[in-house]
This record gives sequence, structure tokens and C-alpha cells, in this order.
Amino acid sequence: MGKTLFDKIWDSHVVKTIEDGPNVLYIDRHFIHEVTSPQAFGGIKARGGKVARPDQVIATPDHNIPTINQHLTIQDELSRHQVETLKKNCEENGITMYGLNHPYNGIVHVVGPELGITQPGMTIVCGDSHTSTHGAFGSIAFGIGTSEVEMALATQCIMQPKPKRLRINIEGELAKGVTSKDIILYIIADVSTGGGTGYFVEFAGSAIRGLSMEARMTICNMSIEMGARGGMIAPDETTFEYIKGREQAPKGEQWNKAVNYWKSLCTDEDAVFDKELHYAAEDIEPMITYGTNPGMGAKVRGNIPALETIEDSSKNSFQKSMEYMGFAAGDKIEGKPVDYVFVGSCTNGRIEDLRSFCDAIKGKQKAEGVTAWIVPGSKQVEKQALAEGLKEQLEMAGFELRQPGCSACLAMNDDKIPEGKYAVATSNRNFEGRQGPGSRTLLASPLTAAAAAVTGVVTDPRTIFNF
Amino acid sequence: MPIEKFVTVQTSFVPMPIENVDTDQIIPARFLKATTKDGFGDNLFFDWRYDKAGQPKSDFVLNNSAYTGTVLVAGKNFGSGSSREHAAWAIAGYGFKVVVSSFFADIFRNNSLNNGVLPVQVSEVFLAGLFDAVETNNKAEVKVDLENQTISNVSTGASEHFEINTYKKSCLMNGYDDIDFLLSLEKEIAAYEKQAVKF
Repeated sequence: MGKTLFDKIWDSHVVKTIEDGPNVLYIDRHFIHEVTSPQAFGGIKARGGKVARPDQVIATPDHNIPTINQHLTIQDELSRHQVETLKKNCEENGITMYGLNHPYNGIVHVVGPELGITQPGMTIVCGDSHTSTHGAFGSIAFGIGTSEVEMALATQCIMQPKPKRLRINIEGELAKGVTSKDIILYIIADVSTGGGTGYFVEFAGSAIRGLSMEARMTICNMSIEMGARGGMIAPDETTFEYIKGREQAPKGEQWNKAVNYWKSLCTDEDAVFDKELHYAAEDIEPMITYGTNPGMGAKVRGNIPALETIEDSSKNSFQKSMEYMGFAAGDKIEGKPVDYVFVGSCTNGRIEDLRSFCDAIKGKQKAEGVTAWIVPGSKQVEKQALAEGLKEQLEMAGFELRQPGCSACLAMNDDKIPEGKYAVATSNRNFEGRQGPGSRTLLASPLTAAAAAVTGVVTDPRTIFNF
Repeated sequence: MPIEKFVTVQTSFVPMPIENVDTDQIIPARFLKATTKDGFGDNLFFDWRYDKAGQPKSDFVLNNSAYTGTVLVAGKNFGSGSSREHAAWAIAGYGFKVVVSSFFADIFRNNSLNNGVLPVQVSEVFLAGLFDAVETNNKAEVKVDLENQTISNVSTGASEHFEINTYKKSCLMNGYDDIDFLLSLEKEIAAYEKQAVKF
């Protein structure tokens, strides 16, 4: 019987199998940031150990950093201490770190791919659930806890039960104005936030093949939001084209060898999945969330579900969520007022996202009363945006391009949505308080964010932009 | 570093009949700026537990002295979202030894086990039975026996088997952690690296 893409990579990284227990899995690349690593370094120190393979570990601070005035010291004392602790730990252990103001600094899941560190066939971990982003390259990439960060630092291995296999097929062609963010929000709305738990997902089908690498990363990034361990897409010419020439990509003869190997990384025709789901791209419309988990999503021009459609056991949780959001069951979503727009994060903070936002708003102005934060995912993205004149375009329309970081995705830095305010955000989570205590988040694509930014209300981008 | 050995618990429990409790609720991101594992228990469920002035909210279960015990019983899909192990540190730091739910998110499950907190997955029916029992008597008890992998609703006598892999069970019962085990595999890891595909 044939093997799935996931099995091929997983099986080739198993150092040891423990009977009725987890596998000892070898890790090719380990990304670290300031929030989930200090206790791991502390653990290693307490044992009197050392980092086993510092050349396979890459660090970048991202969660705590401000997105204005980065040339100044970080004002928040705890944030500054955490970022300085990362620097110290990296220096002591010989780990490469792209610190604040380094030309390669940025959100860890934007930096890895753009430097060519992320490659097909690899196992990649990071103490961050959105590590699944790197699966877009045909790698097994997933988020881990700090105990596992310590394991990976100390031994370059972690202990992991092997997940089951789920393939999600999306066939057909996306309509104009519909993006990969809409695909993933559509899937999560269908399967719920626990629908992928216990599985590793392979996204396949003609709609996926037709996506750019940036768009594929958006989909894999949010596979954790359906509970899946990770998501991946088989590498193809689009993947190779993206990696070629990047700083840490294989070069010369090594490149040819690598591509030959990468071409073998696909699911065999007769391979069997534990579960398969099928969707038609034509059914997908611009999507937005209305509740307090990413599974509570609907078509922008749709309605919040009526209470009678919610299962009895879930009614309390649903109503708690509606109360928090200030919405009612059955409400029409389009036309809801918007106070903030956030474009950025490891989900949609790449150059293609900024380009599509700028293209959409061309000739229009930011709505009065909307505060908009447009935040590049990395210094490289910022540099590219400046080179393409996007900053000027944004400023002409009343927007501001900020400096790179995780920003308003998770309220660990200064970019917080105030209590009770509504934010249309291109990030990945709409949990209570995620963007700041009392903040109300509506997750959407950069195009739907653009539509909200210029109208001040939730708007289907197809009704105001020409695609 | 050894973790505390898990022993059978019989205790009253804290009911939280809410679904999809994510790790941002268990420990909000602004509390993740620490560089040690200490003190997270004080901030467990902070935004549900305290009002804006930092005063305990009387309608939240952790602020209701009628409910006590080292077992937290929660609605389905507990621990979804962020991989932050701080969520497990907060639960352990508060004093919980066991979390019972009808469904757990994967990363939270691993993180709990790595901190000596046992996630016990039960059927929807069993979970509903625990919520019913505690509604009738807020000192209703639950018994969790790791060795025999059983959980019992002491009020009704209902009992259920729960799953845990043999390796992790042995780690919890003996207080071992994974890092000691992985460090003992140095030779196997080096041998693996010699034959691995690299470019």
C-alpha cells in the first residue's frame, strides 16, 4: 500500500518507537521566540546541560515588540526583559538570533520561509501553535509546549504520538474576491474548532494547487484552529520557485539534488487516509467570524445562526459568546459597525497580503472613525512594501504602515483593541480578550478588512471593489 | 527534573460547564511575560475571575467557596488554541491535579501530562452526570484512579475507563519526565543523524 506525504516524512524522522507510547521524532529545524523559550533554557541550565544542535535553532523576538519607534528601547519592562532574556540565552548557547532592528527580524513564521530556512521534507517545531504555517512547503511543522522546547533544545528530538491522517480536498476555481483566508475560515466553520483534533491535515485539490505560497501559508497557518496538529501541502513547482535563491536555500548541485528529493514528497495514489473531506471552491464566499472561536464563522453576506439551529448542549456557550460580542442570534452580519481594522500577523502579514489590501483600496479613503493598523510580518516584508511604494499608497488613502511584529494579534505588546470595540482582523484568533481585554474580533481576509476599512462597517468586498 | 508522582485522588470538584475553553481564557497573553514557571496559578482564568478593578467576580466558579477540590470538570474541547504551556502551569499552580472533559485539544493534553496534570477524557453522558451530581450537592465527589485507568462519579457510583498510553502513564506514576529519557538516547540520535537526508 502506498504512503501519504505525511507518513513519508514522519516515518523518515522516527529515531525510536516506544511500544504503546509516543515516537521519538527527530527535528530538523527549531524556531524559538521570546515568550515560550525562557523556561526551557532555564530547565537546561538547571540540569547542567547544553543546547545539542545550536546550528539547527533559529531565534527571533516577535510577540512583545512594539510596531512603532523600534529604534528606541522597548518601553514595557516585562516585555523588554523577555526579549533581552532571549538574546542572552542565544548568545550563551551559540544560537543565531534576528533581533529587533536586524534586517531579518519579524514574526517567526514569516521569517523562516522568506529566508529559505523552511524547506520541503523537514520536521519543524516552535513553541507556537501557528508553526503549522511551514507545512505549506510540504514539511511536518507543528506547535509545541515549553517542556517540548526544552526537549528539542537539549536533544534535537521530541516525544510525539503519531497523529491520524486527514485529507481535505478543495476542487475547482475560487471566485474573484475570494481568498485562501476565506477557504480556511469556511472549512473551520464547517468542521468546528475541534473537528481536526487528533489529525494531521494534507490540503489537496486543484484550488490548493492554484494558490501562491503566501496563500498556502495562510491556510496551513490556521489548521490549528480546527484543532489539527498541523497542515501541509505537497511541494510543487510553485514551492521550488519560491525557495530558489533564498538565503538559506540549497545552491548549485545541492539544489538539483534537493529538488529531485522534494519531487518524491507526495501522497501515493493508493495511500489511505483515516478521514477525507471534500469541498467545491465555487461554494466559498468571503467569510467572517461573528463569535469567540474561529469555528464561529459565516459568509459576510450571511447571518449569525438562529438559536434553534444550535445544539442544546452548546446553547449556553453560544449565548455567552453572543453576549460578549454584543450580537444576537440570527443577526445579519453585513453592516455591523467596525472601529478597528488590523492587517498583519503570521496569517496575513506577507507582501501579497499588503499588496492585495493596497490594490483594493486604490482610489478610496479610510472611513472616518476607523483606526487601522497595517503591520508587515517582517523587516523583509516592510522593505519590499517600501520598494513597491505601498507605504505612499496607504498614506494617500489615510492609512499608516507600521513596523513588523505580532502586533494586535495577541495583545502582548502596545497594540491592543480597547474594551468593547469591534476589530476586523486578518489574524487567526477571535477568543475573548485575544486582542486586548474586552476586545471584539471579527476574523476575515485582507480584502474583507479593506472593505471594512473604507466603509466603516462589515462589507462584502465584492460589492465595493472591482476585481 | 522529576515531576510529582500521581496518586489516586478522591475529591470534590470544580464544575465549569463551558465548551471550547481556550488557552487564552485559561491564561491571557499579557501574563505570558514571565521568564520562570512560578505564579501562574494566581492568574488562572484571570479575565473570567476578576473584574476591571481586580476584584473577584462573584458569579465565577473559582470565586465560589462552595466548590472546592483538586479536579476541574469542564465542557468539551478544553484547552484549544495557543500552545502556551503557561496554561498547564496555571492549572497546576492553582492546585488542580486532574482536568476532566469530554474532549481535549492535542497540545494542551501533552502540556498537561508534561506537568503532572492528568487530562481525563470521558463520555458526554458521564460528563453530564458529574455536572448533575454537583448541581444537587456541591460537595459531590469524583475518584480518579490512574493505575486502573478508571474515573468514578462517587454520588451515583457510575464509573468509566479512560485512555492514556502506557508510556505516559508510567511517567506520571513514577514521576519521570521525557527529557531524562531523551538524553539517554544520545547514541541513537547521533546514529539517526548520520543517515538522514540533508542538503
